[in-house]
Amino acid sequence: MLVILKIVKDLIKHDKRFSVGLFVILIVLSLAILSFFSPYGPTVRRVVSRNLLPSFEHPLGTNSLGQDIFWKLTYAIRNSLILGILVSLISRIIATANGLLSGYVGGTTDRILSTITGSFIVIPRLPILILLSFSLRERMSILTLVIILAVLDWAWPSKRYRAQVLSLREREFTYTAVFSGMNTFKVVFKEHFLFLIPYMMADLISGFLWAIAMEITLSILGLSALATPTIGTMIYWANYHQALLRGVWWWISPPIIIAVLTVVALYMLSSSISEYLDPRTRLQRIGVKA
Amino acid sequence: MSLLRRYIVPRIIQWLIVIFVGVTVAFLVPRFTPTDPVQTTLMRVTAYGAINPEAVAKLEEILKDLYGLRGSLFQQYVRFWKHLLRGDLGPSLTMFPTPVIEVIRNSLPWTAGLLIISTIIGWTIGIIIGTFTTYFSGRKWTQILDTILMCIYPIPYYIMALVLVILFAYVLPVFPLVGGVGIGLKLSFSWTFVGSVLKHGFLPALSLIIIGLGYRVLSQKALVSTVVASDYVTYAEAAALPRRKILFQYVMRNTLLPQITDLALSLGLVFSGALITEYVFSYPGIGQVLYTAILQGDFNLMMGITLFSIVGIATAALIIDLLYPLFDPRVRYR
Repeated sequence: MLVILKIVKDLIKHDKRFSVGLFVILIVLSLAILSFFSPYGPTVRRVVSRNLLPSFEHPLGTNSLGQDIFWKLTYAIRNSLILGILVSLISRIIATANGLLSGYVGGTTDRILSTITGSFIVIPRLPILILLSFSLRERMSILTLVIILAVLDWAWPSKRYRAQVLSLREREFTYTAVFSGMNTFKVVFKEHFLFLIPYMMADLISGFLWAIAMEITLSILGLSALATPTIGTMIYWANYHQALLRGVWWWISPPIIIAVLTVVALYMLSSSISEYLDPRTRLQRIGVKA
Repeated sequence: MSLLRRYIVPRIIQWLIVIFVGVTVAFLVPRFTPTDPVQTTLMRVTAYGAINPEAVAKLEEILKDLYGLRGSLFQQYVRFWKHLLRGDLGPSLTMFPTPVIEVIRNSLPWTAGLLIISTIIGWTIGIIIGTFTTYFSGRKWTQILDTILMCIYPIPYYIMALVLVILFAYVLPVFPLVGGVGIGLKLSFSWTFVGSVLKHGFLPALSLIIIGLGYRVLSQKALVSTVVASDYVTYAEAAALPRRKILFQYVMRNTLLPQITDLALSLGLVFSGALITEYVFSYPGIGQVLYTAILQGDFNLMMGITLFSIVGIATAALIIDLLYPLFDPRVRYR
């Protein structure tokens, strides 16, 4: 925990992208938290007048279903964030376990696990996703979606973790630790994890970005959990009721703007973290010529 | 002779193995999904009224035959290969009795035209931008370009496509919203036809180019930054060679090899189509067909398209492998 805090403090101080990204994410997060104080339920209809322009009473206006767009948006952000975080966490837990096992144990175990990983990598994911969510569409919920997405997104990161472990295992300090009698468990958690943690932070974010994008994609095909408000389903329903043709632009633009802000801010965070990982760029930033 | 035996033949064998495994997977996957095409079709037929049970049973037999679902899994598999080698992919379920081959033949040119052109344009622009922004890093304009690209790169494709539709079809209605060509136009080489195709293809192509640009620029930047740091570039700069020569012949040329590999692989992806693009812009390509096939449980069509895409990617990889030594003298035929 302390290591993470120290890295974050360092990044805020030295990288503008990191602080901008963090600022935007905090705003998005506080919007999501606001949903708990919403005066309307997440799925109720016809509680306010329809198609009102943004005003003091309804900060983002109301839609054709008689819903307040601002409060609807807070629910959507909350659900999308939960979905992204869960998918990213679950898939990365599978990936880490698989990658570490593969990398440290080696031999036949490694060969079997790598083959499984390899076949998950070549599978074309979008058609499979469509096929799965189409056949599950009656029972589709955020949780089902989380599981499907997580199962399809662990293979690449697992391959990367394995590569990291393989390189860490051959480093000089590993040999020093092993020869001075440190047990394997301690080497992994005290020495190697320090290298893996920032790497995992960047990787968690990229998993999150993928999950959000896939939820939006499935939503517009009408294959996501359509009854639950998410950023994707908000866009779906706005399109379904032809918000654009009827000129209700304040219905469809908030989810689009929030989606763009969130992914760009997160991408800034992750690229700033990955740059931090690379010692050459770190030196450049402090002003030392390589 | 030894070139043929030691370099070309092993690669062709590898190509055959990849295709064989891929086709086998494509055969198995739809058979393990919960949708049963025979029951779906039967349900659709019987929904219109009572038919006597004998006729239903007969219909079921015929349908099983058409979908290649008769017998054990192994028998089905053997029959599948026999038909395949004769170039017979069976009839499409949704567009019965049109053969799958013909459905693909009708939609592939649309997708291929759109994807090949936008991939090549995006690739070229991406490489040029990536090289310049890395080589001249630190200037004002490269920083602005970098920031713009950083904001475009993570945006989900669908959002990008939707924003383009809003901007250019609603706010400024300059481009048509649906289809690959104006309604009622016949295939011909007249100006109206070609113009209409270009106008309809512009927005889908633009969305693909923009979304592909982010990745291309990033990968090119990574490649260029290692080349720029190498000794021969430092030497060329110290020798005061013209900037243009350093940039194009020393830096860019040495980054092209992995990029060409990447280009060929993405061209191989043409056969699986751009599903979301075609859906958003109602473009009549193969991705759209695949989407309908999945929703309707059309086994034959799904397998036909998967087959084409597997062969496409494998062949692209084979061609790169065979041409590699021409691009890079360091790769000797081993």
